[in-house]
Amino acid sequence: MSEPTTTTTPAKTGQGVAVRLTDLRRTYSGVNALDGMSLDMAPGEFVALLGPSGCGKTTALRCLAGLEDPDSGTITVGGKDVTAIPTSKRDMGMVFQAYSLFPHMTARENVEFGLQLRRQKSDQRRRRAEEMLELVGLTQHIDKYAHQMSGGQQQRVALARALAIEPQVLLLDEPLSALDAKVRVQLRDEIRRIQLDVGTTTLFVTHDQEEALAIADRVGVMRAGQLQQIAAPEQLYSSPVNDFVADFVGVTNRLAGTASGGSASVLGGSVALLPGSAGPGPVVVLVRPEHVTVAREESGNGSVISASFLGAHGRVIAESDTGEQVTVQVSSAAVGEFAPGARVRLVATGEPALAVAG
Amino acid sequence: MTGQRARFRRRQTILRRVVVTVVLVFFFVPFYGMLDFTTKNLATGGRSLQTWKTLLDFGEIGSTYPDLKSGFIASVLLAILTPAIMLMLLVPTMTWVRLRLPGLSRTLEFICLLPLTVPAIVLVVGLTPIYAWVTYFFGGATVWLCFAYVILVLPYAYRALDTGLRAIDVRTLAEAARSLGAGWGTVMWRIILPNLRTAVLSASFLAVALTLGEFTIANLFSRTNLQVAMFLVGKSDAQISVAVAFLALVFAFVVLFAMSFVGSGKAGTSVFARLRRTKKETA
Ligand SMILES: Nc1ncnc2c1ncn2[C@@H]1O[C@H](COP(=O)(O)OP(=O)(O)OP(=O)(O)O)[C@@H](O)[C@H]1O
Ligand SMILES: [Mg+2]
Repeated sequence: MSEPTTTTTPAKTGQGVAVRLTDLRRTYSGVNALDGMSLDMAPGEFVALLGPSGCGKTTALRCLAGLEDPDSGTITVGGKDVTAIPTSKRDMGMVFQAYSLFPHMTARENVEFGLQLRRQKSDQRRRRAEEMLELVGLTQHIDKYAHQMSGGQQQRVALARALAIEPQVLLLDEPLSALDAKVRVQLRDEIRRIQLDVGTTTLFVTHDQEEALAIADRVGVMRAGQLQQIAAPEQLYSSPVNDFVADFVGVTNRLAGTASGGSASVLGGSVALLPGSAGPGPVVVLVRPEHVTVAREESGNGSVISASFLGAHGRVIAESDTGEQVTVQVSSAAVGEFAPGARVRLVATGEPALAVAG
Repeated sequence: MTGQRARFRRRQTILRRVVVTVVLVFFFVPFYGMLDFTTKNLATGGRSLQTWKTLLDFGEIGSTYPDLKSGFIASVLLAILTPAIMLMLLVPTMTWVRLRLPGLSRTLEFICLLPLTVPAIVLVVGLTPIYAWVTYFFGGATVWLCFAYVILVLPYAYRALDTGLRAIDVRTLAEAARSLGAGWGTVMWRIILPNLRTAVLSASFLAVALTLGEFTIANLFSRTNLQVAMFLVGKSDAQISVAVAFLALVFAFVVLFAMSFVGSGKAGTSVFARLRRTKKETA
């Protein structure tokens, strides 16, 4: 009887290293791209930075890579201060949003480039390049040039190239944004698989919340050069620290209510309030669509505006009698019940939510 | 539909042939004239190969027409030095400005295009005091005209290199290379330059062509390059001068033709391969 085989990839870099950004500031002619940004990453952790356009995600990543110098603040990698170390000595693998393969080199030569600079022997280099390209599923395209490959394939080679040098940290700046939806999902899952495989500490920048929530150990939400909250995806979703995070991650209803003693009355029900909520008194409670129920009832408290089928589930948009618009998630089978104009009863189910000053 | 297209094709083919013929006539009539003149026996009116015999007797020609020999050597050196200096000056500067000082790109363009607007004679007046220094430091040899020629080719070389730099994402490529551990030298040499090969080639091409044909500045500075030498020889022996001009034309043609193949190690990157490709695409 044979042992169950555990697949060990030779790409394994062992444990990742811890990364710490402390109070980074960077100003571009008056614009605070980074305004006291701090971030801690555990060894081997996959952190996604999420935020609206222009909030400083790329700047943070570029500072970590050494491509941009922060005005102040420190960056440590594996406990070592690297703030003043140039990019070429930082040992970071990077995948860019723009296609970045060297056009005059084949996929293999691209992957070998970093190894060549590290003075690896040519047969060792070859083997490593082949392994890496196999890891990203491009064995057949090993001798192709960038212009002979699709965008997704090019980004795979870029990933293989970045990982080939066994970097201390892997940095990805919206590597998927130029790809079409299907390839994007496929490649993002693959990135996660490979990252778990090699165990490299990874920072992934994106403005696509679904992408961030799907693959990261922790997601950091940025706004105006500062990190608002960093937490595991489900925690970020269920316990946002402020209304910016609640709004940015997932869909949220803003419902008027009255807070008192750790809960608030909303839509005729009672909702427990998360720590950090406003109150007591009149507040706006941020309630997720799946934390509201809707049922046909002539004597209800609202009426349907529209209902739509979204595949796995459905969505009903209703207006309460107090004039608030409420989005409710329903099972896809139930969508048909809610014709526009139908009277319904809307009830908040009571899961903890955040209240902000109204 | 298809008949119309075929007719269009046919008409295009005819047009192409006409253009090629006109161009060939345009080029070869002077060649024919030169050959005719240099093989005339001016005394008797018959044919004679005396001029060519004199010219191709390399042992003798140097001592009979010393200007010709030194002019030829100077021109060859100039055709090597000028593009070399131009490239060493422009490629790193333009790359650096693109990477690090994008705010200066307008200024750089302006400076590089400036020589285009300055007439040669004005340029000479301006360069005279500078060449006093050049003579002081390097001596009065003709090869030092290369500095003036670099200025002269700047606009054309700038345009050629700019086109090349525009075609690649210099910034991302440089950043990718640096993140993989490459220093600036490696970035330039192994990443930027190979991707600029066509641009570098056409810039050098222009520099060589311009250098081999330059007369005004050399003459005004009283330096003897090949053109000036031909002019000087022409005063005493017109036939030799024209024969040299003929050879110079052939020489320049061969050099430029060879250059378009030099450095195009991989198929499909030489100027001619590109021409072929464009032709195939339009056909
Ligand atoms: N090189 C630069 N020069 C001037 N301003 C810059 C520069 N780079 C970034 N900025 C500014 O800094 C701020 C943050 O930019 P950054 O690129 O980090 O945003 P981002 O979060 O990555 O946005 P996006 O999602 O659009 O990529 C923006 O306001 C931007 O205009
Ligand atoms: Mg960005």
